[in-house]
Amino acid sequence: MRRLLLLTLASLGLAAAATIVIAEQNSMVNERQMRRTLRLAFPSTSGDWQSRLVPDATMATCSEWGNQPPKEVADIIKKREARRIVLPKDGTFIGDWRRGEAIAQSGYGLRFTDTDTKRPHGGNCYACHELSPTEVSFGTLGVSLKGFGLTHKFQPESARLVYEKIYNSQAIVACSTMPRFGTNGILTVEQIKDLVAYLMDPASPVNKAPEIPSGKAATRSGSQPPPRLQPGK
Amino acid sequence: MLWGHTLRAAEPDDIDRGLEAFRAMLNADPWANPALLDADRGAALWKEKRGPRKATLERCDLGKGPGVVDGAFAELPRYFEDAGRVMDAETRVLWCMQTLQGIDTQALAEKPHPVSQEPATDLGAIATWVASRSAGQTFRARFSHPREKATLSLGAALFERRMGPLDFSCMSCHGAKDKRIRRQELAHLADQAEARIVVGEWPAYRISAAHVMTLQHRLYDCFWQMRLPPLKFGSEASVALTAYLVKQAEGGVIAAPGLKR
Repeated sequence: MRRLLLLTLASLGLAAAATIVIAEQNSMVNERQMRRTLRLAFPSTSGDWQSRLVPDATMATCSEWGNQPPKEVADIIKKREARRIVLPKDGTFIGDWRRGEAIAQSGYGLRFTDTDTKRPHGGNCYACHELSPTEVSFGTLGVSLKGFGLTHKFQPESARLVYEKIYNSQAIVACSTMPRFGTNGILTVEQIKDLVAYLMDPASPVNKAPEIPSGKAATRSGSQPPPRLQPGK
Repeated sequence: MLWGHTLRAAEPDDIDRGLEAFRAMLNADPWANPALLDADRGAALWKEKRGPRKATLERCDLGKGPGVVDGAFAELPRYFEDAGRVMDAETRVLWCMQTLQGIDTQALAEKPHPVSQEPATDLGAIATWVASRSAGQTFRARFSHPREKATLSLGAALFERRMGPLDFSCMSCHGAKDKRIRRQELAHLADQAEARIVVGEWPAYRISAAHVMTLQHRLYDCFWQMRLPPLKFGSEASVALTAYLVKQAEGGVIAAPGLKR
């Protein structure tokens, strides 16, 4: 409703600054009420858990725009999030695809039942993406990444972009559904490099697909050809 | 190599087909859903003298007057003057257990829902029975009281609020058509046509967990998966999300208890 109002105001030619002020005033009122509601909904919560209930500036903006921000807003988000990417100190982006596969399969970590702090977190990539053609239990919320390295000709520049995309998806596509695995502390730099290897190493099963990249398998329900990466601006 | 690939690929499809066949058999026989055992247990609990007050729940007012169960679920959530808040079926049953029977619900606050393979709680069984007594009717909660309207707006905002370390909102999984997480199909709950079909199936017997799962339990599970803290049973947030889903499903037929993978 508020979004609609904002769009209407914008289309009436009111100053953009005025629109932003209205948005902030509205979200202040609702945010106070929302935080009170959430405190009551999660009464036992403290510390790190309490902070999980408060979206950062990027997530607040994405929720506000229904994840479809106008270009000016999207550019602000991408710029801000790009600054939050930490690159590997050794300058390499490709780790071990075998470890990457285990990370792609695991959804462990950060749930209130995940009490084993020694067990590494997973990236749960298969929840949303198709990757290796031998793993048929994959989700379709994200695009198919089958044969990804082959499609991108194993180019080093693609490896870097994949690293950035996994580390902070918002730097590439503003309000993407994909988690910011590095920035939000879900995966380590090394783990993200292992995932890059899973996608970009010629030896990885991801690039051993019987049919690549489209063909019969890719026309199965939910499958799409691997996406083209757009460098973050 | 190719042969091996074909074999592996066939396995989950076989599981899907098996489950589909199982579901079809259970749907063909309306008395075959194991959730009906919970509904029966719930019906018996409703009439049993329990708690410090040794009272039954037969005077519980689910919105249509004390003791009226038939059709009550179809009109919930709603604002209750006596409680001073909006309540869904589960929250209202909890209220009745506290006020009529004097039952201490502290244990329920600590462990509100059964883990896999455990039977539904007494409250879950009662809620399943209450829902089943509106089966065949359509969702028609009024949402006309200012508090009901406020609850609805809160639910809609919560549904879209991205939070937690994964940056997820309900929309992340339930905001598009024909999506899957792993092999599990996801309901597009932002779409009213689809909400009308699926929301009425709750509470539902979950084959994989071998118990009845209520809608509050289902929401608790979503928050767990979103890496958020344990959702308090009957909290304003849980009722608001339930209200949002019921509003989305307005006019949809109640088919509780349903059957889920």
